[in-house]
Amino acid sequence: MRDILQELETRRAKARLGGGERRIESQHKKGKLTARERIELLLDEGSFEEFDMFKSHRCTDFGMEEEHIPGDGVITGWGTVNGRMVYVFSQDFTVFGGSLSETHAEKICKIMDMAMQNGAPVIGMNDSGGARIQEGVASLAGYAEVFQRNIMASGVVPQISLIMGPCAGGAVYSPAMTDFIFMVKDTSYMFVTGPDVVKTVTNEVVTAEELGGASTHTKKSSVADGAYENDVEAIFETRRLIDFLPLSNREKAPVRPFFDDVNRIEDSLDTLVPANPNMPYDMKELIAKIADEGDFFEIQKDYAGNIITGFLRIEGQTVGVVANQPMVLAGCLDIDSSRKAARFVRFCDAFEIPILTLVDVPGFLPGTSQEYGGVIKHGAKLLFAYGEATVPKVTVITRKAYGGAYDVMASKHLRGDFNYAWPSAEIAVMGAKGAVEILYRSELGDADKIAARTKNYEDRFANPFVAAEKGFIDEVIQPRSTRRRVARAFASLRSKKLSNPWKKHDNIPL
Amino acid sequence: MFKKILIANRGEIACRVIKTARKMGIKTVAVYSDADAQALHVQMADEAVHIGPPPANQSYIVIDKIMDAIRQTGAEAVHPGYGFLSENMKFAEALEKEGVVFIGPPSPSIEAMGDKITSKKIAQEAKVSTVPGYMGLIEDADEAVKISNEIGYPVMIKASAGGGGKGMRIAWNDEEAREGFQSSKNEAANSFGDDRIFIEKFVTQPRHIEIQVLADKHGNAVYLHERECSIQRRNQKVIEEAPSPFLDPETRKAMGEQAVALAKAVGYSSAGTVEFIVDGQKNFYFLEMNTRLQVEHPVTELITGVDLVEQMIRVAAGEKLPFAQSDLKINGWAMESRLYAEDPYRNFLPSIGRLTKYRPPVEGQTKGGGIVRNDTGVYEGGEISMYYDPMIAKLCTWGEDRAHAIEEMRLALDTFEVEGIGHNLPFCSAVMDHPKFCSGDMTTAFIAEEYPEGFEGVTLGEYTLKRVAAAAAAMNRVAEIRRTRISGTLGNHERHVGEDWVVSLQDEEFRVQVSADKSGSTVRFEDGTELRVESDWTPGQSLATLDVSGEPLVLKVGKIPMGFRLRVRGADLKVNVRTPRAHELALLMPIKLPPDTSKFLLCPMPGLVVKISVEEGQEVQEGQALATVEAMKMENILRAEKKGVVKKINAAAGASLKVDDIIMEFE
Repeated sequence: MRDILQELETRRAKARLGGGERRIESQHKKGKLTARERIELLLDEGSFEEFDMFKSHRCTDFGMEEEHIPGDGVITGWGTVNGRMVYVFSQDFTVFGGSLSETHAEKICKIMDMAMQNGAPVIGMNDSGGARIQEGVASLAGYAEVFQRNIMASGVVPQISLIMGPCAGGAVYSPAMTDFIFMVKDTSYMFVTGPDVVKTVTNEVVTAEELGGASTHTKKSSVADGAYENDVEAIFETRRLIDFLPLSNREKAPVRPFFDDVNRIEDSLDTLVPANPNMPYDMKELIAKIADEGDFFEIQKDYAGNIITGFLRIEGQTVGVVANQPMVLAGCLDIDSSRKAARFVRFCDAFEIPILTLVDVPGFLPGTSQEYGGVIKHGAKLLFAYGEATVPKVTVITRKAYGGAYDVMASKHLRGDFNYAWPSAEIAVMGAKGAVEILYRSELGDADKIAARTKNYEDRFANPFVAAEKGFIDEVIQPRSTRRRVARAFASLRSKKLSNPWKKHDNIPL
Repeated sequence: MFKKILIANRGEIACRVIKTARKMGIKTVAVYSDADAQALHVQMADEAVHIGPPPANQSYIVIDKIMDAIRQTGAEAVHPGYGFLSENMKFAEALEKEGVVFIGPPSPSIEAMGDKITSKKIAQEAKVSTVPGYMGLIEDADEAVKISNEIGYPVMIKASAGGGGKGMRIAWNDEEAREGFQSSKNEAANSFGDDRIFIEKFVTQPRHIEIQVLADKHGNAVYLHERECSIQRRNQKVIEEAPSPFLDPETRKAMGEQAVALAKAVGYSSAGTVEFIVDGQKNFYFLEMNTRLQVEHPVTELITGVDLVEQMIRVAAGEKLPFAQSDLKINGWAMESRLYAEDPYRNFLPSIGRLTKYRPPVEGQTKGGGIVRNDTGVYEGGEISMYYDPMIAKLCTWGEDRAHAIEEMRLALDTFEVEGIGHNLPFCSAVMDHPKFCSGDMTTAFIAEEYPEGFEGVTLGEYTLKRVAAAAAAMNRVAEIRRTRISGTLGNHERHVGEDWVVSLQDEEFRVQVSADKSGSTVRFEDGTELRVESDWTPGQSLATLDVSGEPLVLKVGKIPMGFRLRVRGADLKVNVRTPRAHELALLMPIKLPPDTSKFLLCPMPGLVVKISVEEGQEVQEGQALATVEAMKMENILRAEKKGVVKKINAAAGASLKVDDIIMEFE
């Protein structure tokens, strides 16, 4: 009996070694952790339970029948993050370069099926050379099996991808369909076709880093939601994010004890909006001063800075925040910011995370690049996302809410539950100057008259009261009491029930 | 007594005067420029009069505008504060003409003391010790040598029109005097177009010590002892104290009596300050007299118990001084740190902007038996504007002796939260811990000598570092336990927070065991030492007030991935607290050099260049404004990411740029 028990330990020890000491060392030399080390950091100490440790591939071509490493290049299982269940897979670059075989895919599919059934997030740590070429179409089939599960799991359980090494070709489409992608700077890249193919086909000379590094995907393509300095930081921040997310769409967003006064008054917010309407201010200060303990987890920080998206907590409960940022492009809506915010709003709605919208928007960005790029349809995505969302929606207009952009930003008309405005809010079709130039074209030569008309327009519309008179604004609030008001609003919406008409699915303007 | 006074100033000094006026039951009138419409002094005053656009030469120092404000409000007297019109004779005269009382000295005293040469002559006549020197013009090098010998070496050869060290030479012997005379003369001719030269004694190991005087209109004058202001940066005082650690009672008395003699000689009334330079042998020489309230007057108030502003108002109203010289004793010790909106890490470059956080320490009696006083004109959410003096606050502490006052200042600085702009608080903290400062061994060259390369933050010693590490470990435990209390955990399979942690900070690591009980945590280090940490800190609090093994420790707490940013005693630390295993794995991570910030300033958005703020060949500091780009009608200031020299400017004001267009190149 003792020998049999010993046999298990021997086999486990072999499996834990993955591709062997030499490859582990080489992985470390590249500045990367091994698949197992990553899991160790991601999960609570001692909570990991592995599945399919001994699973091995079935390939008999190209000499593969000679090479069997238990686990087959991916480590899968479940564990806890701060005591809450998550499923995890971590590709092992030391085993066949982390390449995806049919069995490798089966292991991933198994935990994804369990995650769906048991209602817990899936965290994938990607570090793979791509398809197991020796397996041919079986490997491609494996990818597609994973894709199908990503699609089915979308909106059911949160899916998070960490790109911690290569992720190229078809492999990119699994992370692409997850909710969040985080990359590690300098050691990870993602692209559909690599630099060599690019050169052959288009004659472009580009490095892997330029083509698909963390900086490219967080700043230019918006494929990734964040980039971190190294594996350790990426994993710790992922743990932080998981603490904001519900385990599945069957549960409410998590609540944890908070050490902040719900009624905290922030006098400094009374002077946040500058006297000059053309002066920017930092909307992140408002976010930090509303949030519990000033804690904010930003999503897509480096992309489309004219809109801010991320998670905070109010009374310990997760809230998703979308806010125009006057510091960047005056906080206007454009193609990039609309897409960024629309995806975020839909994530929140899918997982019952209430949405706080902070508005200071001068309108949509004009220009040929915007129109040619399809700003009509991209802008419509955000409008659509807000309009279909049934989660609690609280909106605060701090300054400008002009034109169609006013409608888009979680206005009362899009089923906003609480629509607040600061006294500095200006809710109008456009700014006074522009409006007067259209309304009084014939008087344009007379500067005095135009000045008087502008003043008149400002007096009439550069305030929140016209909208409040019509009931489009529920209440004009003091900036300093924003946290208290927002917290009370969300508290009153805890048992909100609202559903959309039955449909197979909607047809959002993709 | 006056019923209503106007304060012809802004900022902290206007607030300071209003406080005393209020205490005396006098109504106050503030004046303000466009930039100060929301300022604290405007809020505090009973009335406020708008006097024009932000630049001081269009508002605060325009005599007519102040006179208008006086007529408009019927103020009977004016307190000028310091700076602006405080030593402007014409202003004093204009007030006299209108029959409005100037809360300051009579205009002839201002005039007499306003001129360097006249004031020195008057001082000499009043038997006040002055720097030996030759005031007349010097013809040639031979005469320069002769005069230098009469004065006694070392001497300073100075251009009459000089300033900023130009045309200035120090000579220790005849040869150097001859050379120095010639080169000063040439430099002066080139720089100022005025080659007049004079010579005076060069004071070695100079300290700046000044005497506060107070005189009434009835011929009474007293001195309220001294202040030492040797801690200066480029002639800007940073830290002041009273009394001076250098003076003995005899010297103090001699200086005080001379200062009073000078005040009497010029028919002085009100508060004034006689500045002396004191050498290593306690020889003191008159520098100048400031005919106004000094910035650093609170330290004198703290050790004498006299409200100088109140006395100024009473004297102006014709009252007699209520005390005699013998009544004025020195009680304890007072320190003042001037908090400036100047970034010490960026070579003290002025920093302007919004105070996203401004939480001064609680004023009044401290736990340690001292006193904290904070004179300020700002508030959280207020703006530090580019138009005026970048002073945020004057933080003062009082203690029974110098060591006590310094300790109170250390704690007060640790407790003072200012965010949103760069400021010199860490630098003030660093000085408070500097051994030379603590021993009182300082000269006016202290900052230049002790921080020749500028200020790069403090490296904490082992003792404090360990205390900070223990605090971080205890705080981390609180944060980790809270993390486990989230909803939705797997019942009976919750996470248990362990006792073993590794704290890494300032390139050192401490392996610790943290065991907690009801009242706090015990942190055991590998070497067997134990520190007891007690605190009511909860996650999210930006200020942690802790008791570490019986001694207070106050930390400014920020969040970073896997730990805290902790600021204390002028140090700014990234502190990681990890499990031993996480620490081990973190050590495998490559050390990345900070990315090479490009040698170009690129336009971050499509927009119009409104202004280029620098010139080709100009050296710029990190954070300095380089250009302003307007986009979507919004003005965005682009700043230097690092220190450098502008090589080429590619875009001019008015240019319309696309994203990533090159605005300028650096060397």
